[in-house]
Amino acid sequence: MMIPPALEAKADEYIGHYPPDRKRSAVLPLLHLLQHEFRFISDEAVEWVAQKLGIAKIDVLGVVTFYPGFRQTAPGKYHVRVCRTLSCAMAGSHQLMESLCAEADIDRSHADHHHPIAVSADGTFSIEFAECLASCGSGPVCMVEDDFYEKVDPTVEGARSLLNSYRHR
Amino acid sequence: MSIHYKPGKEPHPREHRLIFKNIDRADWDNGIDCYLRDGGYAMLQKAIGMEKAAITGEVKASGLRGRGGAGFPTGVKWGFISPTNTKPVYLICNADESEPGTFKDRYILHQDPHQLIEGMAIAALAVGAKVAYIYIREEFPHAATICEKAIEEARQRGFLGKNILGKEGFDLEIFVHRGAGAYICGEETGLIESLEGKRPYPRIKPPYFPAALGLYMCPTIVNNVESLCHVVHILRMGGAEYAKLGKPNNTGTRILCVSGDVQKPGYYEIQVGHLTMGEVINDLCGGLKPGRTLKAIIPGGSSSKILKAGETYKIKRGAEVVEMGLEELPMDFDTMAAAGTMAGSGGVIIMDDSRDIAWVLNNLNTFYAHESCGQCTPCREGSLWMKKISDRIVAGQASPEDVTTLESVAYQIDGKTICAFGEACSWPTEAIISKFRDELTSHTRPELADTPKNPVTEKAMASL
Ligand SMILES: Cc1cc2nc3c(=O)[nH]c(=O)nc-3n(C[C@H](O)[C@H](O)[C@H](O)COP(=O)(O)O)c2cc1C
Ligand code: SF4
Ligand code: FES
Repeated sequence: MMIPPALEAKADEYIGHYPPDRKRSAVLPLLHLLQHEFRFISDEAVEWVAQKLGIAKIDVLGVVTFYPGFRQTAPGKYHVRVCRTLSCAMAGSHQLMESLCAEADIDRSHADHHHPIAVSADGTFSIEFAECLASCGSGPVCMVEDDFYEKVDPTVEGARSLLNSYRHR
Repeated sequence: MSIHYKPGKEPHPREHRLIFKNIDRADWDNGIDCYLRDGGYAMLQKAIGMEKAAITGEVKASGLRGRGGAGFPTGVKWGFISPTNTKPVYLICNADESEPGTFKDRYILHQDPHQLIEGMAIAALAVGAKVAYIYIREEFPHAATICEKAIEEARQRGFLGKNILGKEGFDLEIFVHRGAGAYICGEETGLIESLEGKRPYPRIKPPYFPAALGLYMCPTIVNNVESLCHVVHILRMGGAEYAKLGKPNNTGTRILCVSGDVQKPGYYEIQVGHLTMGEVINDLCGGLKPGRTLKAIIPGGSSSKILKAGETYKIKRGAEVVEMGLEELPMDFDTMAAAGTMAGSGGVIIMDDSRDIAWVLNNLNTFYAHESCGQCTPCREGSLWMKKISDRIVAGQASPEDVTTLESVAYQIDGKTICAFGEACSWPTEAIISKFRDELTSHTRPELADTPKNPVTEKAMASL
């Protein structure tokens, strides 16, 4: 794992946001930097964060495994999160999930609590349900990478036009 | 000065916009110049000329109650910082916005970050904090960048940093700290653990009240985004004048987030208690969908107890007690409490007669089963157990006793856990069962009474 100098500089900046004897506070910001760079948190990434912050690897790993926002395996090129919670479900988020899976050729039948992410056959897209994304009045909502979409058309046509805007990048 | 909003985004005439004044404004952007043109940071300037205690005094006089969920008086909370304290004091803005049904902080963070920063700077001055954090949920990546940029702009103009606006010894740095997708980080002590770089296991209160033993075991004030924004308006109007908005003990404005089965779901800032539930649905939100009737309302985020159409409630009005129907209830803290639920986070979820209550219950159970931090046994086991039972009810695989078991599991969580998530996950279940028992039971089959539950599946065997 090669850490780009810019990433390391950013990591040092984040560590500076906390008191010098409380470097451990920077574990989330550092993990975000690494996941952004490498797409998931590898064992080496855990090791790097532990060394950087002077804490045990298990303390970093415990954080990684707790938070749904961190993944330990590679997602697709574009990772999709569909809101599963009540207001969006009432607005059709389950249909949206099915349409996206059908359109992206993703088999979600093996997804469970510990393995929430399913990747498309060609690796272009991956998908998971997320809990309430705080936009309940404009459901169904989803995120593709950092982009946020409201009132998404939950039909296959809607899913296709959403995914096409990534396919043709 | 008249304010223009983007076409189609104009506030409803019955709204009273303070906090959301700049949301969807036509001539608005989230940069500091725009905020300054509108008189921004004048209240920070005013606060600098005041005694610390006088700022807290105004907030106390305003009667402001926290908008994050618990409705605790903000000024009283600030007053908990011990005057003899010698440790550093921290201020934390709770921007985790993760209670299902709630979507208001998102707009402030994206469109009006300087209002929040000004509110935080005033709060920090009042409580003596020199470092503050905005704990922002991971799913708001753009908001995090926007807030970081706004903080930098504010520092360059001297509203943050050292000797702010020339006031000797008034130093403040604000940092953005991003979460990572866990609902429990909205609970203030879970948030603090998360900010310390650990798993966000909530701390037990007492003794770990943040104002006494918070971040790094130092006195810490945790406030919601919306609460901190109100502080700016309290200083502008004066606490006593602000308290004239809303109703006694339920002062000011608040943002209602309405979702579900209405024609125009969305955010509406109203004077607390000035509109009834029926007016919220019919006036603000354009009524139910054509041909539909009201079934139930979750009035204050998914953790609040459901209210059923046709119920009546005994509500105190002055000295007398009056009986009211669901649609007659004014939307305020005390009325919601008297109706057996809570105003909570302002997230109002409307359900019409097309909704299957078992499916609703199962959706909520699934949320809480996913989000329990796992620290206490009743919550960790109970939340999953509740989900499994309602999975069966929805699938038509449950027996009538399952409904009773589900209810008893809920009551074995409530009141027996470290944090209020225990109530958050059990209250919706308790209320839905007590109010919709027959509908839930109609999904069950008596002949399944002797069928083993939780049979050991091949998948479970394989993982042993
Ligand atoms: C399970 C749980 C989740 C919570 N989530 C949030 C949240 O997302 N945002 C928030 O401001 N408060 C949340 N709270 C309330 C906070 O613990 C705390 O009371 C609040 O941030 C205090 O701010 P206020 O007094 O300004 O309302 C949550 C509480 C619990 C028990
Ligand atoms: S009640 Fe639930 S969420 Fe709260 S500390 Fe206990 S296990 Fe964690
Ligand atoms: S339920 Fe989907 S954003 Fe809240």
